[in-house]
Amino acid sequence: MAMARQALAATAVTTGNVVPLAASSSSRFPRLQLVTPIVSHELGRCRLATRSSATSYFGTAPQNRGTTNVTTNAVATKEASTSSATTTGGHELLLFEALREGLEEELDRDPTVCVIGEDVGHYGGSYKVTKGFVEKFGDWRLLDTPICENSFTGMAIGAAMTGLRPVIEGMNMGFLLLAYNQIANNCGMLHYTSGGQFTIPVVIRGPGGVGRQLGAEHSQRLESYFQSVPGLQMVACSTPYNAKGLMKAAIRSENPVILFEHVLLYNLKEKIPDEEYTCCLEEAELVRPGEDITILTYSRMRYHVTQAAKTLVNKGYDPEIIDIRSLKPFDMYTIGQSVKKTHRVLIVEECMRTGGIGASLRAAIMENFFDDLDAPIGCLSSQDVPTPYSGPLEELTVVQPPQIVAAVEQLCSRE
Amino acid sequence: MAQQLCHRTRSLLRLSAIVSSSSASSSLIPLSDSIIPRQQQQRAGFAADALTVDVPVPFKAHKCDAPSLSVETSAQELLSFFKTMFTMRRMEIAADSLYKSKFIRGFCHLYDGQEAVCVGMEASLNQKDCIITAYRDHCIHLGRGGTLLEVFSELMGRKDGCSLGKGGSMHMYNKKGGFFGGNGIVGAQTPLGAGLAFAQKYLKVDGVTLTMYGDGAANQGQLFEAMNIAALWSLPVIFVCENNHYGMGTAEWRSAKSPEYYKRGDYVPGMKVDGMDCLAVKQAVKYAKEQALKNGPFVLEFDTYRYHGHSMSDPGSTYRTRDEISGVRQERDPIERIRKLLLSLEIASVSDLKTLEKEAKSEVDEALAKAKESPQPDTSELFSHIWVKGYGAEAYGADRKEVVVKLP
Repeated sequence: MAMARQALAATAVTTGNVVPLAASSSSRFPRLQLVTPIVSHELGRCRLATRSSATSYFGTAPQNRGTTNVTTNAVATKEASTSSATTTGGHELLLFEALREGLEEELDRDPTVCVIGEDVGHYGGSYKVTKGFVEKFGDWRLLDTPICENSFTGMAIGAAMTGLRPVIEGMNMGFLLLAYNQIANNCGMLHYTSGGQFTIPVVIRGPGGVGRQLGAEHSQRLESYFQSVPGLQMVACSTPYNAKGLMKAAIRSENPVILFEHVLLYNLKEKIPDEEYTCCLEEAELVRPGEDITILTYSRMRYHVTQAAKTLVNKGYDPEIIDIRSLKPFDMYTIGQSVKKTHRVLIVEECMRTGGIGASLRAAIMENFFDDLDAPIGCLSSQDVPTPYSGPLEELTVVQPPQIVAAVEQLCSRE
Repeated sequence: MAQQLCHRTRSLLRLSAIVSSSSASSSLIPLSDSIIPRQQQQRAGFAADALTVDVPVPFKAHKCDAPSLSVETSAQELLSFFKTMFTMRRMEIAADSLYKSKFIRGFCHLYDGQEAVCVGMEASLNQKDCIITAYRDHCIHLGRGGTLLEVFSELMGRKDGCSLGKGGSMHMYNKKGGFFGGNGIVGAQTPLGAGLAFAQKYLKVDGVTLTMYGDGAANQGQLFEAMNIAALWSLPVIFVCENNHYGMGTAEWRSAKSPEYYKRGDYVPGMKVDGMDCLAVKQAVKYAKEQALKNGPFVLEFDTYRYHGHSMSDPGSTYRTRDEISGVRQERDPIERIRKLLLSLEIASVSDLKTLEKEAKSEVDEALAKAKESPQPDTSELFSHIWVKGYGAEAYGADRKEVVVKLP
């Protein structure tokens, strides 16, 4: 069914139409046509991968997912070029450039997409994600706002009610706390309280997470605050490949999507395919298959986990690492398959311990897979403290690789 | 405190006296001067029922020129004003008794007394314009093309409601009619309204957005943020302050340092209008719309009054006197004003108006009866419309074989 839906959506997209809105659109707001037709396999990064034998595991449709033909390193790197399904060589870029590429392609494709935020236009974006766009697309589509998060988020949501697709940039995710009312009450709920009359196809994106000594108020992790708002989808990108793919999918989705980027990951380099692709918003990514323990992680902690994995492999453990990517809803299928295989789970996250993503994930796994577990679910999160400025203290607030190694050893030693 | 309340009541009554005396005089003397006699109309080939009425209370302008006090209207329009306002009044009174008999639960904010604002606005707007307001939205939903059945069903949480019973009193929307709600949080609709105007300008739609809020919401920071961005980008938005002088239980002089809400936009031009006079509202909105399409945002303050308390949970008499309420009802009631106008212009007789009233009453009663029979929403509606069926957003169970949540 998911395949059929994706096929339908792909056809709709290839004929050059905008993703269909509700049928009862009035003549009040004219529907703008797409300017460029789409390459037919732009969604098929997912589907292409399933057909070829040398597959990359990420982004496959559920029905075609299997445990065979999986590469050991699913992240596209220079060494793994044979495992990717790209026919051309691909091109290397940094994560913020991948976000920019994805955003540019969507701005080209659909004239209703616009970017609203502070310093996104003439300044080029505080993290250069929108560099050079205002010259190409104009002031109206790269709207430089005054510093008023509450009202420009509300404004974007109001515009989305009419059919525009704004991308709201928070200069730092933490500033979006000022817009919490608009995001929780209007963005998340309008589709429901209007009985389906209005959709809110916004993307809210920005860098968050603990950086390098940025201070407490600029090191916020908002995924825990937004996770219980019904109607919102949340995704976290961690590599240039999934950053571009998630950005594109989020813009095309009819639901409000919050895309969490991490302030320290913007300069990650990776080779990504030349052809157009999107990533599925609700799917997790297998980073490394294994047998002994399932480590669930997202965003920057993925790299701490892969670093710890090197130590673990040397010590003889075989961890399975999954980047959950979709923070709301969780990809319980991928997670479940993994738990059934390894019977042990460790969650490594950058959220606070109290009420964080890990807390919800733990509850969900326990509820669904209790009988498959041989050990209690471990959860390593940041400390419940405001992030201190001092370097060594800041390092102590987040999870570090030695802690991950110790936790895995402890969980695996239980019988 | 009591002394200040008395002072407040006295000044409101004084205002009512001025208005009523001037309207009494102006509905007779200036009108007969400015109305073109019927025979002359027909001879001159005018539309049989076009006429001009002088509005008694002058407009107070801020950084703009006030429009003329002579309003062009027609007999038909005045009759429709009467009928619509009367229907709205009956609807709100019916909602009052529904609430008291526990068919409506939660919060119910009634609009009776303020009907002239809604009806007068609609006379100057068209299909391309958008309206967004706060929670006192039943009549505005009706004005934008909603039906009585939709409103009553939604109030009672039934399937036939405009939001399928899932929104309630404070969340009524009408996409086709250009009504964007229906918002529960005070002031949060003002940036949304700026966004609607942004979309109108982006998509080059020749329309304006009316963003309505009250004197209570006028103190919200996001309103000023929205005014700033609207003025910065010349968005075609009209900020409409329905000043009914009380933010729930707090009078305007106790909550606003400057209760001249039409001036609070500072660099945004504004105008204060008698909100109990349909024709004044119509003229003001017509003028504001022209200004907004040319120059950007405009603020309109309508001086109006609500007879009920803030909501059905508020008796409405602890912070104002019953004399004040009945005084306004006698002197400034919008429906009575139109009735007097119609009678003095001999457009309709007492029995004609009685017929219209009866029609309205029966429409309301019929819709109410039908709404009472409307069923409760299905249990599956609990989970529908959380997410739009986008790129596979479904919540499966752990095995992806069992769909726990079905999306439409």
